[in-house]
Amino acid sequence: MTRRVLLGVGITLTVAVSLFPFLWFVITSLKTQRQVEAVPPTWLPTGGVHFYRSALVDYQLTDYILNSVVVAGSTTFLALLIGIPAAYALARLRLPGKGWILGGLLGISMFPQIAIAGPVWRILDQLGGLNTRWGLLLPYVTLTLPLVIWILASFFRELPGELEEAARVDGCSTWQTMTRVMLPLATPGIFTAGILTFIYAWNEFFFALLILTQPDKQTLPVGIALFQGEFTMPWGELAAASVLATLPLVILVLLFQRWIVSGLSAGAVKG
Amino acid sequence: MTGGSAGRDRFRTGEQAGWWMLAPALAFSVMFALYPVIDSFVLSLYRIFLAVPDLGQTFVGWENYRDLATDPVARQAFLVTVGFVVSSTLLELLLGLGIALVIHEQFPGRGWVRATALIPWAIPTVVAYQMWRFIFNDQYGLANLFLFGDRVAEYVPWLAYPGFAWLAIVLADVWKTSSFAGLLILAGLQLIPDELYEAARIDGANTWQRFWRITLPLLRPALLLALVFRTMDAFRVFDLVFVMTQGGPGGATQVLQFYGYKALFTEGRMGYGAAISVTVFLAIFLLSLFYIRAVGSKLFEKEPA
Amino acid sequence: MADLVLHTISKSFGNVMVLDDISLRVPDGGFTILLGPSGCGKSTLLRIIAGLETQTAGEVLIDGEPVGHRSPKDRDIAMVFQTYALYPHLTVRENMAFGLKMRKEPRQLIEARIQEAAELLGLAELLGRKPKELSGGQRQRVAMGRAIVRKPKLFLFDEPLSNLDARLRTSMRVELKKLHERLGATMIYVTHDQVEAMTLGDTIVVLDRGKIRQVGSPARIYNEPSDPFVAGFIGSPPMNLLEGQLRRQGGSWCFQAGSLSLPVPAIKGPMPIEQVSRTVLGIRPEDILLAPPSLHAITVQADVEVVEDLGADQILHVMAADARLVVRVPQGQFVKLDGRVTMYFPQNRLHLFVDDRRADWA
Repeated sequence: MTRRVLLGVGITLTVAVSLFPFLWFVITSLKTQRQVEAVPPTWLPTGGVHFYRSALVDYQLTDYILNSVVVAGSTTFLALLIGIPAAYALARLRLPGKGWILGGLLGISMFPQIAIAGPVWRILDQLGGLNTRWGLLLPYVTLTLPLVIWILASFFRELPGELEEAARVDGCSTWQTMTRVMLPLATPGIFTAGILTFIYAWNEFFFALLILTQPDKQTLPVGIALFQGEFTMPWGELAAASVLATLPLVILVLLFQRWIVSGLSAGAVKG
Repeated sequence: MTGGSAGRDRFRTGEQAGWWMLAPALAFSVMFALYPVIDSFVLSLYRIFLAVPDLGQTFVGWENYRDLATDPVARQAFLVTVGFVVSSTLLELLLGLGIALVIHEQFPGRGWVRATALIPWAIPTVVAYQMWRFIFNDQYGLANLFLFGDRVAEYVPWLAYPGFAWLAIVLADVWKTSSFAGLLILAGLQLIPDELYEAARIDGANTWQRFWRITLPLLRPALLLALVFRTMDAFRVFDLVFVMTQGGPGGATQVLQFYGYKALFTEGRMGYGAAISVTVFLAIFLLSLFYIRAVGSKLFEKEPA
Repeated sequence: MADLVLHTISKSFGNVMVLDDISLRVPDGGFTILLGPSGCGKSTLLRIIAGLETQTAGEVLIDGEPVGHRSPKDRDIAMVFQTYALYPHLTVRENMAFGLKMRKEPRQLIEARIQEAAELLGLAELLGRKPKELSGGQRQRVAMGRAIVRKPKLFLFDEPLSNLDARLRTSMRVELKKLHERLGATMIYVTHDQVEAMTLGDTIVVLDRGKIRQVGSPARIYNEPSDPFVAGFIGSPPMNLLEGQLRRQGGSWCFQAGSLSLPVPAIKGPMPIEQVSRTVLGIRPEDILLAPPSLHAITVQADVEVVEDLGADQILHVMAADARLVVRVPQGQFVKLDGRVTMYFPQNRLHLFVDDRRADWA
């Protein structure tokens, strides 16, 4: 009995604490300007979507969204394109020193951004990559590769070795064995790695802040972090922009909760 | 042709394909992770002012590090960071354990609760911290509303007081990342076979005893893993401080990574900033070595295959 | 179809010698079994033939051509794996077509081969299914179908029946045998199951600890095992093996094992006594008789300790002097008499091994 009560309390707290800050922003985004500035704050919003319109139009949120979609989408695509063969090689082929490579990749995922920020900025400066989307892609792909490779390597490792041998007997080269036999079987892993990469790139702030200094090139996190009005803080518009920036992620999480949980634990625990 | 050399030929082709598969990933890692770390170290031995390019690069040896050692702001940043890491990590582990225990149970709608618990993790960092900045707002904030209701005169500008501001960032971080710790711990919980609990029940252990005697000891690897991940991550906190406090008030929330960022990119002191970067890097590196030494081996031994 | 020659194959993993100087010839159309306990190197040998593993020394020749430098796909072999290794994402049809597609065979040929194999194996109804929708026996059949459509020079089987239940194993064994007769293909089959070996193979290669112990027909392996290992490995229950010495007693010979003394015939060639380090006398449980035979036989008295009733047969565990023996007699033949029996060892059913080598009776 006490156990059930405890569980009930636990569930309620988990849900309430997880949701309330976000819900507060949702409420704020639906208020009128007067309601936003009410002291003490009020609960019921009656403003409709005017803050959304204002955020999208007056604060050029559409530009930020477009930039974020392009950057997160291409990061995901590139990280998978590069990460899948690497993960396959590390998981299934006899390569000297692959343990060191896997360890090194894990190390890279632990790097403090600041430790590479200066030189990355200088490299991009020389390549002309500052204030470009592709310039941002380079560090993004680098920093998401460890996650992609670890998740997929743990997936590839679980597949039975006899399948590969059957493929070799059937006439596949190493590359064909990966693409025709192993890849279709690792689809769940690829999907999970893709979702996690997308979330990373969608949310990343530090490098976006460094590399993109022109407002029309910036991604959503930069836009939201630097959100400013002319005289006062435009909390209503900020809340609306935040809700818009978060919505895709909330949908991803609700739809793919199971995959994300398994992916995060595969990347961390099984490693 | 003897079998031996034939074998090596075939082996080489498989290996060759493997290296080609790895090459792009390695190229990225070397170019944008390994080389930059080394370059950071090289830069830290020079005096470079981005604002005054004419000065060029002057080799100054360890001078930047000597400056760093005597820099009171850096010392404060170091202490703030360590305090932040220790308190937020501990709280996150505790809360994470609680969340994990809850979402491990069987109950209708568990999938939805799990998804909900994931939301703080999934929300973009800057959005989350803007939300918390708003919650701690001196006039419109929920924190004041909850504590003082409509006694508006008593409303506190939380982020303007050093102690409160520090607490606020710890709280915001705990909210944002406890669910990630919870997920890692959940993965550990799922590895404990149900038979153990059934055996313990037959042996007469109650819920509480089962938790202390079975769950906790068997969860140790997962807890340690969560601890490792969380400390390392807390050490490089940046977005939180940038959004909520900009390191203020009076440096009370200025963590090392933020200080380094300012030196590098707002003040343009490339050499000095690089010295800070290298220091943060080394701190995390040493910490990870310590973890591998102290708990890592145990962690991987105990991990069931 | 082709013949296969293994020429002085050796394989070591690090310091561990897995295969030691294996030479073997498998004739065109033969069904050869590689038999041995787990860890004897039989699977490694099969994988070397397939090209999945590389020998440390020696050469594999298919149709007289050395293939040691070729990858599996260029050896024109097909393999049926222990876990079947069906591609889970492909249908039965696609699984069978895969190897032919990789070799860029024309579409009509692929379809014709699949139809042919499906008919042969009774898979016609299942062509559209995925492996997970099939039973164990059906998967097994698909795995064989995948090999058959290729019409390879060599079929390699790696314990293909070991994942099936006992009844299915028996019926698949019969099908496999029929298949071999219909295709007339050269097949090499790895197993640790002596029943499979005896019933399927026309040649059995017994391996132990990386070495060939004996090559021969099932009958020869059973009747004339070349050393105590083969003698003990083939047959169930295993052959009784007594360790002892040969002694001359007057004009005749006698085998002394502990306090048990058995008169035996002389053997061919010079009789070694003192130099001999190890002499083993063997007799199969089913060769021990409880009624006096017409031929020469040794009479032995024994105490019955345990009787196991198998229905058709009875297994007796007996003590003769201080030697423990197992006897297999047909149902109804054993009459319990105070727990004491008189047993007859026909002389022509005795196996003598001197220094681990078979010695023939004179």
